[in-house]
Amino acid sequence: MAASQTLAEQLRAQGVSRRGFLKFCAATASLMALPPSLIPRIAEALEAARRPSVIWLSFQECTGCTESLTRSHAPTLEGLIFEAISLDYHHTLQAASGEAAEAARLQAMRDNAGAYLVVVDGSIPGPEANPGYSTVAGHSNHAILMETVEHAAAVIAVGTCAAFGGLPRAAPNPTGARAVMELVHDKPIVNISGCPPIPMAITGVLAHYLTFGRLPELDAYRRPLAFFGESIHDRCYRRPFYDRGLFAESFDDEGARQGWCLYRLGCKGPTTYNACATQRWNGGTSWPIEAGHPCLGCSEPAFWDAGGFYRAVSVPPRVNAAALLGAGAAGAALGAGTALAARHLTRDEQQHREPVTVEELEKKL
Amino acid sequence: MPTLESIAPAGDTDTDALPPLPGPLVPLLHEVRHALARLVADGGEHRIDLHALPLDATLIDQLLAFIGRGEVEARIEAMGPTRVHESAIAGVWVVDYRDADDQRLALHLEIATVPQILRTDRATLSAGLQRLDAGLAGAGDPSPPS
Repeated sequence: MAASQTLAEQLRAQGVSRRGFLKFCAATASLMALPPSLIPRIAEALEAARRPSVIWLSFQECTGCTESLTRSHAPTLEGLIFEAISLDYHHTLQAASGEAAEAARLQAMRDNAGAYLVVVDGSIPGPEANPGYSTVAGHSNHAILMETVEHAAAVIAVGTCAAFGGLPRAAPNPTGARAVMELVHDKPIVNISGCPPIPMAITGVLAHYLTFGRLPELDAYRRPLAFFGESIHDRCYRRPFYDRGLFAESFDDEGARQGWCLYRLGCKGPTTYNACATQRWNGGTSWPIEAGHPCLGCSEPAFWDAGGFYRAVSVPPRVNAAALLGAGAAGAALGAGTALAARHLTRDEQQHREPVTVEELEKKL
Repeated sequence: MPTLESIAPAGDTDTDALPPLPGPLVPLLHEVRHALARLVADGGEHRIDLHALPLDATLIDQLLAFIGRGEVEARIEAMGPTRVHESAIAGVWVVDYRDADDQRLALHLEIATVPQILRTDRATLSAGLQRLDAGLAGAGDPSPPS
């Protein structure tokens, strides 16, 4: 397929009709949480969009992020978006191996200097760590990352490991794992956190880039607001039970059977920003809370070290909304400082954490 | 997930028999009403993506039952099925976009005289004309169009 083809031309070449294209645009708008009234604009932009080169780097990861994308529910839509990019390097998906694979990466970097996207999944042993913890073709993850992003248009960190360090960075962080945004300071970065991230969030960002030629609006942790703009709690269908003070106290009590709020079973929904409640998983079948399990908060920084998955969320007495917003704003301004600020805040507050009861919390609300 | 066909019988317009509306649907229906009034006034169209709203399957069923089914139904086969029907409220269409596995991609309420996906665009019309001409020529039409 010619790289100069527009997306509309590419779709037509695949036998997609005009109505199929409009459907693609409707699904894309839904994916990106854009109002359906924008569908004509999306159609117009995608008609003329040209496929960008994408280099996908996998470091300290479990391949769950790639699995999330390639096993995602709507193969037609996801496939079309994936087809709409030129995926020039991806360990798991590429046919080439060894020197040929690395040559493909370097070739894509040369041919598309200044215009290609770099997708990263997995955390990276930092420059001060033993490079032997994770290498590709004999080169450290850090060296490959820095070489590849040098002429990139933007970097998309996919999954909590790439966005915030994830499991490799959990205490005691034996490999000196770091997040992409701690190492890359001079490129636009999007974090699509989650363990794994919602596949629609990955393709949504790619679709947004295809449509508008730029990255979407981000929150203080550099996550796309379309998917991370609201908390799980605010979008949870069990929220009315929380508001009425009806909680499951164990996984098999009457409250659990009645589908009451899982707050007291450790649900991190109130402090977690993600789109599980609206996008759901497995073809929109369900999501963890609907399956009866509390949210783990997997899209938030340092969620592995947040004090236990089954402990109820507590509100540290020394943290207030202004402080959190301030930390977020500082992170947005300082870029790589975001995760560091969050880590320090988390560590500091863990030492001062005092559980509160639901009644106390509701009084504060 | 129930099919749209199972929600309410075609032509169900008996508003007296409707159940009370759940709270979350009231503002949504006011948005529909506002859009319909605009369509009447100046032809402006509007769409609402129900799939992107925090409505569970029960609420969506209740909404679709409330607006009922009208006279028009269509099914489009393009990248999987898309099912369209006009609700019992004229000008309010339900457009259910599905992928090839019949998984829902988007569920729109489209407030328009005709949903966009049913219209034929100019480029497709031209292609249709060319195809007809080619068919006539291929069939030995003695007076081919100029």
